[in-house]
Amino acid sequence: MSFSWIDSYWPLLLTGAWQTVALLVISVGFGFLLAIGIAFAQVSGGPVTRLLARGYCTFFRGTPLLIQLWLLYYGVGSLLPLIPGLRQSLFWPILREGFFFAAVSFTLNYAAYEAEVLRGALLAVPKGELEAGRAFGMSPLRLVRRIWLPRAIRIALPTIAGEVVMQLKATPLAFTVTVMDLYAVATKVRQDTLLVYEPLLVVTLFYLVITAFIAGLFRLVERQVPMRR
Amino acid sequence: MTELRPEALCVEDLHKRFGAQEVLKGVSTTARRGDVISIIGSSGSGKSTFLRCINLLEMPDRGRIAVNGETIALKPTRAGHLQPKSWRQVERIRSGLGMVFQSFNLWAHMTVLENIIEAPVHVLGLSRQEAVDKAEALLNKVGLADKRDAYPAFLSGGQQQRAAIARALCIDPAVMLFDEPTSALDPELVGEVLKVIRDLADEGRTMLLVTHEMRFARDVSSHVLFLHQGRIDEEGPPQQVFDAPVSARCREFTGALAR
Repeated sequence: MSFSWIDSYWPLLLTGAWQTVALLVISVGFGFLLAIGIAFAQVSGGPVTRLLARGYCTFFRGTPLLIQLWLLYYGVGSLLPLIPGLRQSLFWPILREGFFFAAVSFTLNYAAYEAEVLRGALLAVPKGELEAGRAFGMSPLRLVRRIWLPRAIRIALPTIAGEVVMQLKATPLAFTVTVMDLYAVATKVRQDTLLVYEPLLVVTLFYLVITAFIAGLFRLVERQVPMRR
Repeated sequence: MTELRPEALCVEDLHKRFGAQEVLKGVSTTARRGDVISIIGSSGSGKSTFLRCINLLEMPDRGRIAVNGETIALKPTRAGHLQPKSWRQVERIRSGLGMVFQSFNLWAHMTVLENIIEAPVHVLGLSRQEAVDKAEALLNKVGLADKRDAYPAFLSGGQQQRAAIARALCIDPAVMLFDEPTSALDPELVGEVLKVIRDLADEGRTMLLVTHEMRFARDVSSHVLFLHQGRIDEEGPPQQVFDAPVSARCREFTGALAR
C-alpha cells in the first residue's frame, strides 16, 4: 500500500469532494422544491395534473439515471448551442459544462423519488389536523405552509435522510460527463500512478464522512420535534 | 330582558344529505350572546353534522347561517348543493368560531403554546408577543401552565383537550363549538374537561355543545336541542327537555339514561 501520492493530489481530492457535495446539495435542494410541487399535484390536483405528475415520477424512477444523464448531456446538450444568442450569453460558461447537465439530471431524478415519498407523507397527515386548520380560518395556501407540509416533512424525515444518502451514492455518474467529482479523482490518480486500491480506499473514506455528516444532520433535525409513537 | 341580547349565531332550516341519506332535514336554532345550547340525541341523529355545518366543515345543501348578524353568502351549485360565494368570507367567519373536536386535533408538530398562538398570529394577525401573553393566561385558566412547551403526543387526553379548548379560546370566538369534547376520553379524565367547559359557561361564553354527558348538559345549558333522525324532536330549557319532554322519543332517550 502506498499513500505517498496524497501529498501531491490532496488539492484535487478536495476539489473532487467539493464537486460531489455541490452536486448533492444542488440536486437535493432544487429537487426537493420540485418534489413539493409534484407531490401536491398528485394529492390535490385535477385529473390532468395528476396524470402528468404521475407520468413524471414513473419516467424518472423507471429509467436508469445514467441514461437520463446521457440523454440530457448528448441530446439536449447538443441542441443548446443552436439556440440563437445562447453561446454569447452570460450563462454559456455554465451551460457548456458537464456539471450543469449532471446537476439538472440529478435534480429531476431526485425530485421524482422525493415526490413519491412526500405524496405518501402528505396522505399520512391526520385529516383532523387539517380540519382543525380549516376550522380556524386558514386559507388553503396557509394550511399547506403552516400545517400540511411541515407535518408531512416530519413524517417523511427518516425516509428523506435515506434518499439523500442514495443521492450521494448516485453522484459518481457525473464522472461520465467530465465532472471532476470524488470518483473522477480516484480514476485520475489510478491513471497517473497505476495504483488501484489506494485511491478508491481514500475516496471511500470521503463518502463515508459525507454520509455520517448527513445522518448526523438529520438526527439533529429529527430531534427538533420529539414524537411518541 | 333576555331577548335584548344580540344574536351570536342564527341557523335556519339546515339541510344536509350524504348520498341517499338525508342527515339533516331542516334544523334551525338561534344562540344569543351568553347562551349555552346543548345538542343531544342518539348516534346518527345528525348532531355532529349539524355542528360541522355551522363552520362549513360540512357544506349544507340548504339553509342559512349567520354569525354575529353576518350571513354566510352561499350559492347553489348545479348538483343542487351549496357552495360559498366567497371563501374569504368563510375563512373570516371561521376565524371567529372556536371549534373543539372529539379527537382534539392538536397540531402534532407544534408545542402546546405554538398550537394556541397559531391562529391568532397567522390568521388574525396578532403580534407574537400579544398572542403569547394571551395564550399564557389561557393556559393558566385551563390548568396547563406547566405544559406550555410540551408536544401534544406527551399529554394525556384530558390535557390535550384542555389545550384544544385554550386554542379555541385564543381567537376570542363569538361562539364556541364543542363536538363531543369528552367522548374520546378515559372516564377519569372527563371531569377535568367538563370543569373547564363549565367555567366557560359560567363566564357567559356563547357555546354550542354536542354531548352525551346528559347530567352535564342539564346543568350548564340554557337551552337543549334533542335531535332525532335529522329533525329537532324536542327543545327547550333543560328542565323541560329532561323532566317533562313532550316528544315520546325524547322521553325514551332521556328516560333510558336516567335509569
